[in-house]
Amino acid sequence: MAGKTLYDKLWESHLVEMRDDGTALIYIDRHLIHEVTSPQAFEGLRLAGRKPWRRDANLAVPDHNVPTDAEERAGGVAGIVDAVSRLQVQTLDDNCSDFDLVEIPINDIRQGIVHVVGPESGATLPGMTVVCGDSHTSTHGALGALAHGIGTSEVEHVLATQCLIQRKMKNLRVRVEGVLSKGVTAKDMALAIIGEIGTAGGTGYAIEFAGSAVRALSMEGRMTLCNMSIEAGARMGMVAVDDITLEYVKGRTYAPKGELWDKAEAYWRTLHTDSDAIFDREVVLDAAAIKPQVTWGTSPEMVLPVDACVPTVESQSDEVSKASVKRALEYMGLSGGQAITDIRLDRVFIGSCTNSRIEDIREAAAVAKGKKVAATIKQAMVVPGSGVVKAQAEAEGLHTILLDAGFEWREPGCSMCLAMNADKLGSGEHCASTSNRNFEGRQGIGGRTHLVSPGMAAAAAIAGHFVDVRDMEVSA
Amino acid sequence: MKPFERLLGLAAPMDRANVDTDVIIPKQFLKSIKRSGFGPNLFDELRYLDEGQPDMDNSARPKNPDFPLNFERYQGAEVLLARSNFGCGSSREHAPWALTDYGFRAIIAPSFADIFHSNCFKNGLLPIVLESEIVSRIFDEMYANEGYRLDVNLEAQTVTTPSGEAFEFEVDAFRKECLLKGLDDIGLTLQQADAIKQFEMQWRAQSPWLFDVIQ
Ligand code: SF4
Repeated sequence: MAGKTLYDKLWESHLVEMRDDGTALIYIDRHLIHEVTSPQAFEGLRLAGRKPWRRDANLAVPDHNVPTDAEERAGGVAGIVDAVSRLQVQTLDDNCSDFDLVEIPINDIRQGIVHVVGPESGATLPGMTVVCGDSHTSTHGALGALAHGIGTSEVEHVLATQCLIQRKMKNLRVRVEGVLSKGVTAKDMALAIIGEIGTAGGTGYAIEFAGSAVRALSMEGRMTLCNMSIEAGARMGMVAVDDITLEYVKGRTYAPKGELWDKAEAYWRTLHTDSDAIFDREVVLDAAAIKPQVTWGTSPEMVLPVDACVPTVESQSDEVSKASVKRALEYMGLSGGQAITDIRLDRVFIGSCTNSRIEDIREAAAVAKGKKVAATIKQAMVVPGSGVVKAQAEAEGLHTILLDAGFEWREPGCSMCLAMNADKLGSGEHCASTSNRNFEGRQGIGGRTHLVSPGMAAAAAIAGHFVDVRDMEVSA
Repeated sequence: MKPFERLLGLAAPMDRANVDTDVIIPKQFLKSIKRSGFGPNLFDELRYLDEGQPDMDNSARPKNPDFPLNFERYQGAEVLLARSNFGCGSSREHAPWALTDYGFRAIIAPSFADIFHSNCFKNGLLPIVLESEIVSRIFDEMYANEGYRLDVNLEAQTVTTPSGEAFEFEVDAFRKECLLKGLDDIGLTLQQADAIKQFEMQWRAQSPWLFDVIQ
């Protein structure tokens, strides 16, 4: 019999019951909750007179609607100006207290984007099943966990039963072999993979990211990579447990200690794909060939290396792609054949669950050090992923470097990633953004998003247009 | 979920094809944090003469006198009579929430949109597909007779008109069972509570670090 993949192992260890119709009841270890997708689930519990199955499996934190402006933030929940946002955050507080669940409140130092908070606090660990009413829950797969987003009905289902009804996915391995060149990051790797397999390439699969270039990534880099599994069409992405994983997890607040750690470590060390396992599909990329990436269109797969030119409508082979390139160029206000480096920017956003961790901020600060944001840039903002990241960056003096260069230094939250709070693009504005979605209107109505790495975003802020970060002088 | 066995309910018309989820509940109401209370805004754009916004006092709004659900004779209706492709559009569960909150328990139409159809079952609302000519006949009879009540019998899978004429309908055996017993997905999973507890005990023994940490 063939060996097992990492996904097979995680699936089987959580299987409560297999059903005749091919669905399975899967046990959920950790349920993360935020304010946008949970209210109706709690309301459902209330209407049915149900209670959460297991209190200690849940952790809630508001992130999507919290203001990132220090002054507005200082007022806590009551100080949130937008009434709908305030009500959502308030409702999360109320629901957590009504149902007696643990919540990290708005101005607690541990507050942040749910996908930053989970790994950082040790609330998400290797070998777990992790779910959240949010598609970027795939992030936690970086720890060697089975992690994916769910809908509001499923949030209620998990709260009430600690289980989900699931169908097993097929196995896809994406191997990136070799060494990334300097200045090329996990974000570029993620975008290059999506460029290669397309936004539907992973549909129906659980992705395992593997290969020497993936193993060489830090934990934070792996999180960036797994975060964007969903943009490649896969609900979940994961990386096998190794020394880097264990080193990251050790000492985290909710991670096991002492004897329990030893027991956990022994188990976690088995969380990798067996050498004789068979994947339904495999894709291999050469790390050395990956250059810094920039999306030019309105889907993450519309991505190119920074030294390329935007495609022309005529160069498309079929009518469907002609139409989609035409529509994307119009929306983005670009002309076919234009060099990526000629795209002028209005705003820069460094943040989101893809790139708001300490390494991302270090990367941006290293580029910005001693330089100034171009006068043509209306706003360049850095939004740390959590209060812990913010404090760490401040302890390292990174905020001073960024502030001196002309960046704004904000309070933690999702911010301009989806523009649910006050941070938005104006219509027609181009933004270099370290987030994960460049859909029409994602960062504000008519806004034009270009997805890049933190280093590329910082470089674009300095130059006023896209440049190859590798050509910029970077401080050590 | 409320079990559905048999219903003798007043019928009311939604006499047009392709009623989409935006007509059922306009998108401005989706910002709500609730899943109940959508009833007053069911078919909002058709029911009222002004533009509906969340948090309005709906009782004070000008009603459209030409919209059947505003007619005296249809007050308290529990069976909605509709035309083909009812519920097309988005997958939002707000649509069945609004219909049940208003008081509907069953909808009869020649066809339904797929996701809406399955969302109905999840929310205790019975969608009944009858042939288009039969639906038309029921429409005519209903218009001609005030206080027209339909006897919907899920167990027997029949709809019986006041004159005693009965029509059979199809329903997936599993979904029928769930509706009859009032089991939603959660209720069903909870029937497996022993298996879940069993798994949990063994899992706790094997991976104790996953338990009792977040307090
Ligand atoms: S940062 Fe953006 S993508 Fe991530 S959870 Fe928040 S809104 Fe979603």
